[in-house]
Amino acid sequence: MARINYIITTIAVLGFTLSLNATQADEFTGADEQRWQQQFMASVKQGRELWTSPTLGSNGVACAQCHPNAANTHPETYPKFQKQIGKVIPVWEMINWCLRNPLEGQPLAADDPKMVAIQAYITYERRGVKLEPGKH
Amino acid sequence: MNNINRSRRNFLKTGGALALGSTLPISLVELAFAEPSQNFSFAYISDAHIQHIKGNRFVRNWDRGLIRAVAETNLLTPKPDFVMFGGDLAQLGTQAELDHGAEIMSALSHKVHYVMGEHDYYLDLGAHWEKLFGPQYYSFDHKGVHFIVLNSIRTYGDWTYKRWPTNEQRMLEMAGLDNPNGSPFMVGDEQRKWLKADLAKVAKTTPIVVFSHSPLQKIYKGWNFWTEDAEQIQALLKPFQKVSVIYGHVHQIQYNQIGNISFNSVMATAWPWPYPASYAQAEQYLPKLTVPMNRADPFFERDATGWQFINVASGNVDLNFSLYNNTDRVVRFDKIRKHPEDKDFQDEKARINPQRHY
Repeated sequence: MARINYIITTIAVLGFTLSLNATQADEFTGADEQRWQQQFMASVKQGRELWTSPTLGSNGVACAQCHPNAANTHPETYPKFQKQIGKVIPVWEMINWCLRNPLEGQPLAADDPKMVAIQAYITYERRGVKLEPGKH
Repeated sequence: MNNINRSRRNFLKTGGALALGSTLPISLVELAFAEPSQNFSFAYISDAHIQHIKGNRFVRNWDRGLIRAVAETNLLTPKPDFVMFGGDLAQLGTQAELDHGAEIMSALSHKVHYVMGEHDYYLDLGAHWEKLFGPQYYSFDHKGVHFIVLNSIRTYGDWTYKRWPTNEQRMLEMAGLDNPNGSPFMVGDEQRKWLKADLAKVAKTTPIVVFSHSPLQKIYKGWNFWTEDAEQIQALLKPFQKVSVIYGHVHQIQYNQIGNISFNSVMATAWPWPYPASYAQAEQYLPKLTVPMNRADPFFERDATGWQFINVASGNVDLNFSLYNNTDRVVRFDKIRKHPEDKDFQDEKARINPQRHY
């Protein structure tokens, strides 16, 4: 009996592993997409809160004061040659420039969840606009 | 008019010009009439957004914009007859901000007339502002022109009096330009009634200049580049031969002509705003006539900010934009086409790359 149980268990585990692999590879449902969208929108929401926050920098100035609805940030044009810096940069470097200068604050690491959220927000506000990397 | 402007520039006191650098940008309003001895000019400073940090600290960037406008206005020779301030002296309407702004403005050696902005208003509904500057709406006559100042940034009573638990929150909600919790600006019944009575005493041939903070025309509701009862105000102004509306709030160059009414916006001393068309999700109605200002370069702290020197020729206004870090612009009334036009860039072929916004 013990041997038979062992075989059944082995087959069950193998079968489970196979089916799990199949799911991971290329199958997803509407529920999955909804969940991923929710994750993304939570980051957008956090980004919007940071964008309008007087405490992101040190002087009470918020990003949205100069960039309502993140207008004139043009994430769809990055990476691009930023003429004032003199080299090709991704958008997060420009965000850090703003954090340091008009906001008189500290820069964020590229992978800081706050920096990711800010980029999620400004890009979301430009949804539907075609990508034009390098455009000035 | 252009000659007058040039000669006026030449009158600038050399010492002051040297102190500020080799080019001194000037924007003034001059009103020229059939009788040249009646000509005069006034300066227009707007949207300073003086912002308190804490204690005795204020945001340096915005302070510098206003201090510079005041210093340059004082250098004008001959002196303008008066100075207009177009609203949003403060950022969050506090006494600290209004007092600090009033102190910077007190260095002006001219009579100053003030317009109420939403950033001055929504904390105490203008109580402290009135103590400093007087009534929220009024009119005055000067050398044959009837000037009217409106508080155009009021809104629905429910929003103002019932929506918010504290006055501080009400101010914060209205201070966010793109905040969906805000509410559309309006002049409202009380002032429209007053305006009608005020205009009843004025001859239809008298040039009228109206100062408001928000545009008395509808451009983009999402950022309150908008006045809810704009059409009703325009209807009251329609019987007059020459009407000019000059407004702040938008931090950018806009101009338009609707029937007999010329519309001109003025620049902020604090920071520029994007044109609504650069918000991809917006439906907006920037007047076709407008040639936009150049896109701002944030690395020049004062780029796309400045002040105005306005001439009014035979009752129509010509605006000379004094831009701190950019080429000055002149938008003047074209007497043949009967609308405002840019002196240099109106023709499609004359426009330059920095005027392309997206």
